[in-house]
Amino acid sequence: MNDRILMLGNQAISRGLIENGCAVATSYPGTPASEILPSLVEWRLAENTRLHAQWAVNEKVAFEIAYTAAMTGLRSMVSMKQVGLNVASDPLMSAAYMGTVGGFLVVCADDPGPHSSQTEQDSRMMAMMAKIPVLDPDSPAQAKDMIAMGYALSEAFEIPVMIRPTTRVCHARQDVAVSPIVADTRQPKFEKNPARWAATPKFRFRLHQSLEQKLSAISNHAATAPQRCNPGADESRQAIVVSGVAAAHTRDVMKDLGLWDHVPLYQVLQPFPLHREFITHLDTAYSQILVIEESAGIIELQIADRRKVLGKVSGTVPSVGEILPETIEAIVAKFAGKSVSPPDLPLTAPGRHPTLCAGCPHRASFFAIKKAAPRGIYTSDIGCYTLGLNLGAVDTFICMGAAISQAAGFYQAFRHEARRPDIVATLGDSTFFHAGIPALIDAVVQNVRFVLVILDNRTTAMTGNQPTPACGRGIGGEPTITVAIEKLVQGCGVAFCETGDPYDVPAFISLVKSAVAYSRETGPAVVIARRPCLLDRSQVESRHPFIRVHVVEKDCDACHYCIQHFECPALITDGKDKPVRVNPAACTGCGVCLHVCPKKAIVITEKV
Amino acid sequence: MTIQQQIIISGVGGQGVLFVTRLLAEAAMMKGFPVLTSETHGMAQRGGTVVSHLKVGDFSSPLIRPFSADGLLAFKSESLAQHGGFVKSGGWAVVNSGGPLQSTGELKVESVDADAIAGNIGNLKSVNLIMLGASLSRLSGDCGLFCTLTDILTVLKMQISGAPAKLESFTAAIHAGYKV
Repeated sequence: MNDRILMLGNQAISRGLIENGCAVATSYPGTPASEILPSLVEWRLAENTRLHAQWAVNEKVAFEIAYTAAMTGLRSMVSMKQVGLNVASDPLMSAAYMGTVGGFLVVCADDPGPHSSQTEQDSRMMAMMAKIPVLDPDSPAQAKDMIAMGYALSEAFEIPVMIRPTTRVCHARQDVAVSPIVADTRQPKFEKNPARWAATPKFRFRLHQSLEQKLSAISNHAATAPQRCNPGADESRQAIVVSGVAAAHTRDVMKDLGLWDHVPLYQVLQPFPLHREFITHLDTAYSQILVIEESAGIIELQIADRRKVLGKVSGTVPSVGEILPETIEAIVAKFAGKSVSPPDLPLTAPGRHPTLCAGCPHRASFFAIKKAAPRGIYTSDIGCYTLGLNLGAVDTFICMGAAISQAAGFYQAFRHEARRPDIVATLGDSTFFHAGIPALIDAVVQNVRFVLVILDNRTTAMTGNQPTPACGRGIGGEPTITVAIEKLVQGCGVAFCETGDPYDVPAFISLVKSAVAYSRETGPAVVIARRPCLLDRSQVESRHPFIRVHVVEKDCDACHYCIQHFECPALITDGKDKPVRVNPAACTGCGVCLHVCPKKAIVITEKV
Repeated sequence: MTIQQQIIISGVGGQGVLFVTRLLAEAAMMKGFPVLTSETHGMAQRGGTVVSHLKVGDFSSPLIRPFSADGLLAFKSESLAQHGGFVKSGGWAVVNSGGPLQSTGELKVESVDADAIAGNIGNLKSVNLIMLGASLSRLSGDCGLFCTLTDILTVLKMQISGAPAKLESFTAAIHAGYKV
């Protein structure tokens, strides 16, 4: 084997897991954490270890499976994106109290920017709230090292440890040194101990006391102590403290500014709990301390003398958005009394906003929903279909599963009005499994008059086509039990549940119309829009036959209805008054647009 | 030999920005250079703007600062206006464009009609590799890339050794770009 491999940050994390005897790994996909589990499975296949890896139905379930495996002395890991930890926060808080036997890592990827998330929340704050230590890597290579460090810390103190990479670590690629995989030979053993594993409030109080003792000891633990990056630098009354990818940016910036040999730079590996000796050292050695970290001020809040700290609270370092290297350059230069004004990036052209793929079945579903309930309120959810926003078919989304509860909220708000709006909720199949089912049961119990369209493309598409419980296969392609969405919907007590193919436009519009009519008079109606995602290679055989289409130029009056209301990337125009053309490089031959043009100018291309 | 090169690769989701970034990064590694990239994943990959930062040499940060990149590889002509600001004065840009481009600022701009070439070779999805091929032949001297056509073809062979048909079509696309 090569001693260095080019690895995505998430691959480096999974390499660390498999080099350190992880036996059970669980996750729910979410950017930027999605690649951790699949690459773990790739390493597993290459090395033939007995590791169990699985996608769980949501992050809470994933957390509980991995945590419990660690109770038996095995090493385990759960990974998720930052908002996923919100879902898993309930077991997290308790797991901190009960602690662990085998090493247990919570790999929680944050997304400052945000690039692909609803919030920029700092998961280190969640670690602080749960009272568990958190490690903050600056690169793929360090993320891998921190897996070993994290397992050692977790087992030394019998405590869950959070690893908190950010997008710029997860989705950076680097040449990373690899070590051999050590076969995991531990035997699981469960020692019954109700005072710990089934602790009632009285015992929880004791567990809380012992957790505080652990934290106190961890803040003195040498292996995770802050590191001095430039031990050769001159003595100074100023110091810079960094963590995470801000540490990587700052090292380059300080070298470029000629400050490397003049201002002491410290990298914090474990932002919480911050090492006590380090806090004392900062207080005695320096009169001014610049702290750069993403995205909240976790380190700076723990520094004793606030008057010395320049960071988030002082407004020196931004609290919102990603901290880019050019921003750090300006902050560090100013701190060191250098007069440089780094230029802002002159953005002279706007970027392209994302859109649903050409041939995406969601586009067809949204078109039908707008036809069936043109003045409706459209609640939606987290997934590719959030992009229905561009089509005017998504009015709201909050978090996983909220499409259904928001529909209920709108219904209750408007129920006494003379003219009640139609309410159509959309969410994907994976999201329905994740958090939609409790909300649907609630809507049935309260007889919420709304339509739920489950956009069933048989995959978790936005995050890279991970399987859902309806797919019948696991992360490594192994067969799994299939759970049918229709039966779940019926089991929730929904009386109107129909399945249709959104590509079959006229029939699907009339199906949604009948669901809307039912919801006005009777109660909740569910339509399952079933058509595979075109990006999902596992569903290629169920693809629709290719329908070649073109625009009859004389019939196109350049109204651009198709572009504005359908927004297919394969329908293009050269300008405001120019006719529409089909871009053959983008067209997937779904044929849906044949039903979209009000002038019937889009027609099937007969074979010549 | 020490080398320090920073390159921005930009396009839209689905064009294969990540694939080209990866080929270049593997080539850097094969030549023994340290390498760091930063990539766009997730929602933006659905047809939105996708930009990769590629840094070859002794760097800690995965991101390129404005006016610091050696060059820009732009798979859409609009990328020049959008991401040209990353490139330093005297740097280069190789841009997919149907016509000649106005050189912006002090950049050396090479335009390549990769869409047309892709049509000619009957592989409309190969714009990324055509652009990579073109940049390998058009950039030289101070603006030369850290790797050669041979390096890229070697990496390509290692990456997709299991799919001979794919390898052949990818190689053809790189050659088509190289020869323009």
